[in-house]
Amino acid sequence: MTVFDIFTHQLVNGIVLGSFYALVALGYTMVFGVVKLLNFAHGDLYMVGGFAGFLILSVLAPFLGTGWLGVAISMLFAMLAVGFLGVVIQRVAYAPMLAAPRLSILITALAVSLVLQNAVLAMTKGQYQPFGANFGFGGVNLGNLFISYNQMVLVGTAGVLMLGLELFVSRTQYGRAMRAISVDKDMCRLMGINVNAVIAVTFFLGSALAAAAGTMAGAYYGSLWYFMGFLIGLKAFTAAVIGGIGSIPGAMLGGLILGLLESFGTQLPGVGSGWKDVFSFSVLILVLVFKPTGLLGKPEQERM
Amino acid sequence: MSLLELKGVSLSFAGSKVLQEVDFDVPAGAVVSLIGPNGAGKTSLFNCITGFYKPQRGSIKVDGVETMRMKPHQVTRLGIARTFQNVRLFREMSVLENVMSGMHCRTSAGVIEAILRLPAQRREEAAIHDYSVECLRFVGIEDGWHRDAGTLPYGWQRRVEIARALATQPKLLLLDEPAAGLTAGEKQDLIGLIGRIRDERGVAVLLIEHDTGLVMRISERISVLDHGVMIAEGTVKEIQTNPRVIEAYLGVEEGEAELAG
Amino acid sequence: MAALPQGATASAWGGLARLLDTPRKRGFAIAVVLTAMVVAPFMLGPYATVILTNALLYVVLALGLNIVVGYAGLLDLGFAAFFAVGAYTVGITTLHFGLNFWLALPLAIFFAIIAGVIIGTPTLRLRSDYLAIVTLGFGEIVRISARNLRETGGASGLIGIDSPWILGWHIETPLDFYFVFCVLAILAVLASARLVNSRLGRAWLYVRHDEDAAEAMGIDRVKVKLAAYIVGAIYGAIAGAFFAANLGAISPESFSFQQSVLILMAVILGGMGKIPGVVLGAFIVILAPELLRDVGDLRLLIFAVGLLLIMLFRPSGIWPAGGRK
Repeated sequence: MTVFDIFTHQLVNGIVLGSFYALVALGYTMVFGVVKLLNFAHGDLYMVGGFAGFLILSVLAPFLGTGWLGVAISMLFAMLAVGFLGVVIQRVAYAPMLAAPRLSILITALAVSLVLQNAVLAMTKGQYQPFGANFGFGGVNLGNLFISYNQMVLVGTAGVLMLGLELFVSRTQYGRAMRAISVDKDMCRLMGINVNAVIAVTFFLGSALAAAAGTMAGAYYGSLWYFMGFLIGLKAFTAAVIGGIGSIPGAMLGGLILGLLESFGTQLPGVGSGWKDVFSFSVLILVLVFKPTGLLGKPEQERM
Repeated sequence: MSLLELKGVSLSFAGSKVLQEVDFDVPAGAVVSLIGPNGAGKTSLFNCITGFYKPQRGSIKVDGVETMRMKPHQVTRLGIARTFQNVRLFREMSVLENVMSGMHCRTSAGVIEAILRLPAQRREEAAIHDYSVECLRFVGIEDGWHRDAGTLPYGWQRRVEIARALATQPKLLLLDEPAAGLTAGEKQDLIGLIGRIRDERGVAVLLIEHDTGLVMRISERISVLDHGVMIAEGTVKEIQTNPRVIEAYLGVEEGEAELAG
Repeated sequence: MAALPQGATASAWGGLARLLDTPRKRGFAIAVVLTAMVVAPFMLGPYATVILTNALLYVVLALGLNIVVGYAGLLDLGFAAFFAVGAYTVGITTLHFGLNFWLALPLAIFFAIIAGVIIGTPTLRLRSDYLAIVTLGFGEIVRISARNLRETGGASGLIGIDSPWILGWHIETPLDFYFVFCVLAILAVLASARLVNSRLGRAWLYVRHDEDAAEAMGIDRVKVKLAAYIVGAIYGAIAGAFFAANLGAISPESFSFQQSVLILMAVILGGMGKIPGVVLGAFIVILAPELLRDVGDLRLLIFAVGLLLIMLFRPSGIWPAGGRK
């Protein structure tokens, strides 16, 4: 294996990984834009999405099989279900806390995350749950590089979802309202925009995207675990911060960058897979300390 | 050399100019008022003086020391204290604890002293307590010090805020609309209080105020800010008859009437 | 003793201050608590003694985190990192360098302070959401490092840590350690009470209530927050040091995010900021799983739901708030 081979191999890995991070990071960034809150439970919605996809697939498998079609349809239903879950969480847990001191809503978000995690822990007894998808092992050979069809479908699907979101945000009324709210919520209320409805839609979309990533991850990596939301949550947050929190293209860019950083980072001498997470966390801390607005973010408002 | 000296201070936010080339000074022990139409930039000027905003250009000196690069708490330690337009007390803490916060920057006990309760620390705590009580009495609050500050009537909350600022032992006290929301009687008390702050404590006072009657009665000097520009400075008489000032206050007739108080 | 303002005292002890309002009542309560502490192991047996020792450990940890979260208002989700620093410092120096425990202890405190400064200095000026995640990240970095490095024993950790001697008495049985932790818990409570009633303690509260107003009053909010963080780190390190000596063996899994969350739950369930509440919370977090044995995996879920309900309906915890109107 030449250096070039390793490079291209990690490039592909990075893009695949980055797609997951980007999908989850989008939810973080969109929600932060409209309610200025880092939804601590967001990573767990990814996890719940994976399990939802698994459950739905078990129901649909007799009719649609466990190949790409079955998984795709399951994913769509999982997105719907978890999207609604996200809205319910926002209405029940976050909306009442918006007037409370900052610390309270952060702890509430933590509490929601713990409830989700421990509920699934109780149901699965902490065991890994095989996803049961049946994809082929076929792929394309470009010289020494092998790209599986699975990888292509995955990245393609992620791309389609992100494109859909981008169109929604730039072309529809809701999308425009989302951007307006992230700039000045009170002004939007005064102008008659139904802020609550837009917030609900935002949570729905963010959660749905996370669920899509969760289902795809379950299918691609083959298994689900109650704790898998924790790590992806932190990584996705890192991605959102790298790209600039509050910026949708930033989340996509940040996800890709983090995926690539992680893939190439593991090739650095001394940084094995055991240190992969430390590497990512260090990136997070460095970015927050030196460039908290990220690559595409807007600078913080002046202090009052 | 004045106590406070601003030269060429310019501040803009996102393209809009809030303060333009402002020159301004306050002599030690004087009572100076800063007036001007709404949105003129008065509170922004306060925020620049206290270090919360960083002007893009200019110089701000307190007793000859350049404060432009300083953090707000350092400016306070130099001797500038303030109250806020919308009273910002620590609402869920007691009145006395609120005033004691002013003494933090004049005392020094740390972790070890606190845990071991060394004699020096106990003496310092007593001194903090006593001086805070003195400041409360000075503004006319004789009891009820253990009530949560947020439960006090509005006028009393304003007094507590002044006591709190006085506890920092300032050389200059910045009052941001201290008369807003006060009754006529309370405004009289305020005038007396400001006078006593200058006479008994030797503290200079700079106030932003919309009640021009009050301004005319207590100010030794008035400065007028309009759209970020200092358009006039002088004694009460000079300001009342200054045509630019009258014009800034909504046209000639109403302006005259307004400035006559 | 100088006449200290009633306000600060009340805010430390909460509703308890109103209940025990005369020196006689206070003296009586203290006597009862001390007697109970001394008698408990003999009345309840060895198994209960171990559980109580854990609860007392948690009292120290929770009081430490209480200073960071409850007083200074900083949401630290990686507090277990300081616990780890204390435990591993003692473990490594006594095992590999043969250092006496009582020399390892100040070293553990020293390293915790360094850790606090390293983590705190760049991050304490961040907004609270970011701070929560960054502290979580640091906690994970410490745990993963402990799991990966050879010096810390890798994933299996360190074993065979010696138990200490003091003035001819070898502290080695569970009963010995129970009394040691009793003393630690009492010291932690006293230190916390004195801190809240002091200039620094008030500064924490001012900064938590309104950072900008505090800054305008001449309080350096970054320095004050860092002080809270470091004091919390010291509590954690001391707890970790004795924890390592007690168990004789430590592994990275004791210092995970779950541990940090459990300590946070102890602080919140009892009532953030109020000392008796935090003590109560520590006991709840340790004792409840014992009493809810049968429920098994569900107990964490019950805690989580409980936490959520408390945040939605009674954010000041389950201890009655001791305010004065």
